[in-house]
Amino acid sequence: MRQPRRRPHRRVIVPLTVVSALVGGVVLSGCGQQRDADVYTVMNSSTDESYHRWDAQTLARCSKTLGVRIEQQSVPASQVMTKALRMASSKSLPDVLQLDASEMPTFAEAGGLIPLKDLGLTTKDIPEGIVNFGSYDGKYYGAARTVNTLALFYNKDTLAKAGLEVPTTWAEMQATAKTLTQGKRYGLALSAGGAEDGVFQFAPFMWSNGGDETKLDSPQVAGALDYWKALLKDGSLSKSTVNWTQADVNDQFMAGNAAMMINGPWQVESLNAKKGLNWGMAQIPVPKAGDDSVGPLGGGILTVPNTGDEAREKMSARIIGCMSGEQEQITYAINSWMVPANEKAAAVWRTKAPELAALADQVATARSRTAKLGAQWSSVSLALQSAFQSALTGESSEAALKRAQQQVTSGN
Amino acid sequence: MSSTTASAAALPADPKAPAAGAVKKPVNPRSAKRRRTLAQWGFIAPAVIFMALFFGYPLVRNIVMSFQDYSPSTFFTGEAPFNGFDNWSNVFNDGLFGKALWQTILFTVGSLVGQFCIGLGLAVFFTRRFPLNGILRSLILLPWLVPMVVSGIVWRRIFDQDTGVLNSFLGTIGLPGDTPWLTSTSMALISVILVNIWIGIPFNMVILYGGLQEVPKELNEAASLDGASAWRTFRSVTLPMLKPVITVVLVLGFMSTVKILDLVLALTDGGPADSTQTLGTLTYQNSFVQMDFGAGAVVGNILILISAVFAVFYLRANRNEGK
Repeated sequence: MRQPRRRPHRRVIVPLTVVSALVGGVVLSGCGQQRDADVYTVMNSSTDESYHRWDAQTLARCSKTLGVRIEQQSVPASQVMTKALRMASSKSLPDVLQLDASEMPTFAEAGGLIPLKDLGLTTKDIPEGIVNFGSYDGKYYGAARTVNTLALFYNKDTLAKAGLEVPTTWAEMQATAKTLTQGKRYGLALSAGGAEDGVFQFAPFMWSNGGDETKLDSPQVAGALDYWKALLKDGSLSKSTVNWTQADVNDQFMAGNAAMMINGPWQVESLNAKKGLNWGMAQIPVPKAGDDSVGPLGGGILTVPNTGDEAREKMSARIIGCMSGEQEQITYAINSWMVPANEKAAAVWRTKAPELAALADQVATARSRTAKLGAQWSSVSLALQSAFQSALTGESSEAALKRAQQQVTSGN
Repeated sequence: MSSTTASAAALPADPKAPAAGAVKKPVNPRSAKRRRTLAQWGFIAPAVIFMALFFGYPLVRNIVMSFQDYSPSTFFTGEAPFNGFDNWSNVFNDGLFGKALWQTILFTVGSLVGQFCIGLGLAVFFTRRFPLNGILRSLILLPWLVPMVVSGIVWRRIFDQDTGVLNSFLGTIGLPGDTPWLTSTSMALISVILVNIWIGIPFNMVILYGGLQEVPKELNEAASLDGASAWRTFRSVTLPMLKPVITVVLVLGFMSTVKILDLVLALTDGGPADSTQTLGTLTYQNSFVQMDFGAGAVVGNILILISAVFAVFYLRANRNEGK
C-alpha cells in the first residue's frame, strides 16, 4: 500500500541519496585511512625522476632487509609541510617523513615528531654539526642521510685565461670578480631572491663575518651585506641578482654569463651534462685569510611523525636506520652529489668523489640555520630577505637591517 | 488510506511503469501539497548542501580562524584557543599590511584600466570586417590559454635586466636597454601590472566583442544619418548600449585581479624588498611560510570582504540587465 505514496518521494530521495552518498564518500575518504599492518609509507619530496628512482631502490633494499613493504609517496618540496600538517589533522600521517631540516623545528615544536633516541636510533659516528642539524631543543628528531652546503663554483678556463687564482678571501674574490667582468659576462653570480634561496646564500657571508641571525642589526651582518653591495656596485654582480633563484644562478653560470657562482652540489649533475664547461669547486671565500668559512647546512632529514602507534613507530625508526646506514649513505651521496652525514661513510665517499673534496671541507664547518632560533627561523628569514633586497636596491645596510631586527622583535 | 489499497495492489512493482493509477486516484490536497513542497526542497537540496559545504563552511571557518591562535600544533591537538582581536591587531600593526593593501589597489586599478581600454579598443577593431579577422581574434586569446605560472616564468625571463629579450630589443632600436624591470623597487610593480594587462586583454576583448555584436546596427546607422561623427556615435550610442556588459567585465575582472597570487609568486616572489607584495601574497606568506594561520585568515577575510562588496555590485548590475 505504500507504493503509490512513495512514488513522488522517490524523486526527492534519489537526488538526496546521491548527494549524501557523494558527500559521505568525500568526508569518509578524507579521514581515518586504515593502515595496513605490513605496509609502511615514506613521504618525501623526491618528485624528480632520478631522486624518486634512487629512493625507490633504497626502499626496496630496506624492505627486503626488514621484511615489510615500504611505499614511497613524493610531494613537491614546498608542499611537504602543509601536506603533513593536513595529514596530522586527519590522522593519516606517513610512517617516515622526510622534511627539509629548516622546517623540522616547526613540526617538532607542534609535537609532531618522536625523538629518534627514544626509538632506539643512535648518533654514533655522526659529527656534532649534523646531529644539531637534525635536532630541536636538544632532542634529536631527524637523521640525515646526506647533507649539502654552498660552495664557490668557478669556470676553470675563464680563470686560467685571465691568469687568476681561485680566490680565498673576500678582497681576492672582489678583485677577481671585477677583472672577470667583461662584456656580457659578470664576475660572480649569486641568488639574493626573495625566498629561502636568498637567505641560504647570505648565510655563509653573514656567518663567516662573525654575524648571527639572532642579532640582525650587528655590524658584522651589516659588513656582510655591505660586501654584497660592493660587488653589485663594482658591476661584478648583475642587478638581476635580487630576482634570481639558485637555479637561475646556475643557468647564468652555464650560459657563460658568470665566471663564478655561489651554489650547491645539487647543480653538479646539470653542470656535468653541459659539454665544454670546465668547472671547479672551492670553499666560499672568507673575510680575512685564516677565518673559518662557515656555510649553511642543507638537505632533508628523516623523521618519525607522532602517530601514536608505538609498534609502528619502532619499525619506522628501523626503516630510517636502514635508509641512513653507511652503505646507503654512500650510494645516495654519490648519486645526488652530496656529502654523507656519517663520518665513516664520508671518509669512504671522499675517495670515490675526489672532485667534491672542497664540499666535504665546507660541510665540516657548516652549521644549521635553525640551531639557534628553532621555529622562529621562518620569520627571521622573511625579515632578512626584505632587508638585503632593500639594501641591494639602494637603502643603507644598517637602516635595512635595523628595520628587519625591529620587525622580528615586534613580531615575537 | 484504504481508498488507495486497491490501486496499489493493482500497480505493477516496476516503478518505471506509467503512474496511471496514481494519477487517477483521489488526491488528498494536503498530502499533495506536502509532497510538492518536499519535491521542491529535494531539488534545491543538492545546491544548498553544496553551497553550505564548499562555500559556507570554509567561509565561516575562515572568519572563526581569524580570532584563533591557529598554529601547526593545532593540527595535532585540534586546539586553537581564541585570542580575541590579537591576530587582527598584529596584522594591522605590521607595516607590511598597509604596503600590501596600497600595492593591491595600484595593481588592481592599473590592471583593470589597461586591460579594459586595450580590450575595448581591440573589440571595436574586430567588429570591422577584414581578412584574417577570425584568425587574429583567436590568436589574441593565446595569453588566456597559457597557465598563469607559465606566463609568469616566461615573462621573468623576458624582463631579465641583462639577458632578457625585452631589454635586448630596446637596446637594438636605440632605447636604453638596461631598464631594471623586475629588479628595482620602483619598477617591479609596474612590470607585474604590465604582464597582468597582457594576460587580461583577451578576457576583456572577448566579452566586450560579444557585447558589441548585440548593439543593433540600425542604431549606428540612424546616428550616422543624423550626422553624428564616429566618435560621437561610439560615445552616445555604443557605450551606453554596452554599459551592462562593461559592468560585468569590470566587476569580474576586479574580483580575479584583487586576489592575485600566482603571477606575483612566479614573477617576483613579492620582491624586491616587498615592493610587489599584495594582499594575496601576504596571506600566503602568513599562512604557509610563517605557519601563522590566524594572521593569514585575517588578510584572507579582508580580501573576501573586498570581493564581496564588488560581488554585490555585480549582482545589481545583473539584475538591472534583466529588467
